Amino acid sequence: MTSAVLKPGLTPSRVLIYAVLILACLMYLVPLVVMLLTSFKTPEDINSGNLLTLPHVFSTLGWVKAWATVRGYFWNSVAITVPAVLISTAVGALNGYVLSMWRFRGSQLFFGLLLFGCFLPFQAVLLPASFTLGKMGLANTTAGLVVVHVVYGLAFTTLFFRNFYVSVPEALVKAARLDGAGFFTIFGRVLLPMSVPTIMVCVIWQFTQIWNDFLFGVVFASGDAQPITVALNNLVNTTTGVKEYNVDMAAAMIAGLPTLLVYVLAGKYFLRGLTAGAVKG
Amino acid sequence: MATLELRNVNKTYGSGLPDTLKDIQLKIAEGEFLILVGPSGCGKSTLMNCIAGLENISGGAILVDDADISQMSPKDRDIAMVFQSYALYPTMTVRQNIEFGLKIRKVPKAQIDQEVERVAKLLQIEHLLARKPGQLSGGQQQRVAMGRALARRPKIYLFDEPLSNLDAKLRVEMRTEMKLMHQRLKTTTVYVTHDQIEAMTLGDKVAVMKDGIIQQFGTPKEIYSEPANLFVASFIGSPPMNFIPVKPAGGRGRWHVPLATDLGQLSLPLAAGDADLDQRELILGLRPEQLALAAEGDSAVLQARVEVTEPTGPDTLIFVTINGTKVCCRLAPDLAPAVGEMLKLSFDAGKALLFDAKTGERLARESKTPAEGSAGNVAQFRGR
Ligand SMILES: Nc1ncnc2c1ncn2[C@@H]1O[C@H](COP(=O)(O)OP(=O)(O)OP(=O)(O)O)[C@@H](O)[C@H]1O
Ligand SMILES: [Mg+2]
Repeated sequence: MTSAVLKPGLTPSRVLIYAVLILACLMYLVPLVVMLLTSFKTPEDINSGNLLTLPHVFSTLGWVKAWATVRGYFWNSVAITVPAVLISTAVGALNGYVLSMWRFRGSQLFFGLLLFGCFLPFQAVLLPASFTLGKMGLANTTAGLVVVHVVYGLAFTTLFFRNFYVSVPEALVKAARLDGAGFFTIFGRVLLPMSVPTIMVCVIWQFTQIWNDFLFGVVFASGDAQPITVALNNLVNTTTGVKEYNVDMAAAMIAGLPTLLVYVLAGKYFLRGLTAGAVKG
Repeated sequence: MATLELRNVNKTYGSGLPDTLKDIQLKIAEGEFLILVGPSGCGKSTLMNCIAGLENISGGAILVDDADISQMSPKDRDIAMVFQSYALYPTMTVRQNIEFGLKIRKVPKAQIDQEVERVAKLLQIEHLLARKPGQLSGGQQQRVAMGRALARRPKIYLFDEPLSNLDAKLRVEMRTEMKLMHQRLKTTTVYVTHDQIEAMTLGDKVAVMKDGIIQQFGTPKEIYSEPANLFVASFIGSPPMNFIPVKPAGGRGRWHVPLATDLGQLSLPLAAGDADLDQRELILGLRPEQLALAAEGDSAVLQARVEVTEPTGPDTLIFVTINGTKVCCRLAPDLAPAVGEMLKLSFDAGKALLFDAKTGERLARESKTPAEGSAGNVAQFRGR
């Protein structure tokens, strides 16, 4: 390690490292580049050239058509994702607070069972969830999907917050109690402001999970209520007419952009949050 | 202002775990300053947490102004505490930290500002008010933690080692400030410290703890001159008391103990009265200042060779070996002999203490005057 610091410049080992890194980058980037290029091509262009050639004519037709097709589903996804992310994060924070600072009899067991939820495969909850939604009168509604995502996500968000709060000195809560603060004042004024990195981790995690979800979407929503992932699948899998790859690619880009955006905006917190508690602050 | 009484307070952190506090009995009057001392892990912070209501006690009662508060929630007890770990709110500025308790208690804004100003000035943290705790040094954080407690005017203050992280000069300053403030406000206070001088100078009462048991509870003077057992005697005082193993000889009313060095010996008469001490294993306790250089014509004199000298400034500590034990004497620097020199020691036998080597308990001293027996009230507080 010291040799790397002492000897700057291109040693053979450095060259090798960079080569491997660049190669890895390319492997991840090429599909994206192909998608982007294809989405701006005309169908003729796609049929004539190879995947990596630049478009002859730069056409936004694919994007326009794709947007027109998936727009409604895009907003469905927003309507599912935003409330589900917010609710699961908020409830997870509250759960984590109680499980770390206000331990009650059996709270360890409770936490253990909750953790179990992280390991439950989606498929295992499909039937019980659909049964429950039916009983609640929420079958095939956006609200129903929100409920499913919140319940499923709670295991993760609770875990994130609980693990952060156990690293917070208990004396902080004690001090606040002596200062006269109650349960919610301590939570809102002392702990939540400290939790920004954890909140960001939760938001990114939940947003990615829920936005990209396909299985719940396909099972619990139908027709016009479907999220964009399901709509995209339907679009790409149509068997009638000519394949419009530019539209497919543009639609896929549209479906992927929001998660990309969330990462760009909140990504720096993600790393910070994952290491939070490692250093005494 | 309030009285504070602990009646048989017990605390265990969980069934199966050993008791952290055992039958704690304490009573301090309105406005008194109680110092809590004891080795690390003996339960001082636990006791503070129990008084504050942050930990439930497993038995006994805590009374403030003769009313049992042990079931009350912390916020209703009207107690302010400085935590050993400071526990500052990391996302708030120093000012917000200090204000927090006042705001929650809905103190008017003007009064809050006034209190913050007063406390900041007292603790010399005015220039830090806009900073976050993360941007402060340990000593500065500690003063903010003090400020948070002092901004309130509760019935009782609890201070858990509030000055431990300050430099020597600031510490002395703060100690004086604490004393002044206590004289002015007269708020009942419990104060944990490892500092001997703080313990002796600040306290109206001192409680010495070990393993969750109060070893002795009394005034600083009582604790210093009439320690209940070997532990208290060794814990209080710096440098610590000398303990010389002895076997008394003689008979009733004329007990004496042989003391020997390489250079000579001496039979030190004891004021032990009628007790039957024959051949009992005892420990003679002598504070370093109770050994002095013998003057011309002194009769009970012991010769010894100086092995080590430690000049501390105001005093010089001299170490010699008596009865095979290293013994420290505190002498004025200009009188102190050099290493290897011979010196003649005389003993303040009237102040010497005797302890039972097995139990560690102090043997009652022959009471010359009835008044001296008043130290006996100490014993009733001793842990079983
Ligand atoms: N939350 C807890 N759960 C279990 N045991 C505890 C807990 N807090 C403290 N203890 C134990 O209780 C004993 C007393 O701890 P306490 O913090 O009161 O010591 P202390 O006298 O304040 O020590 P120090 O001078 O180091 O601050 C210790 O043995 C400690 O390990
Ligand atoms: Mg402590």
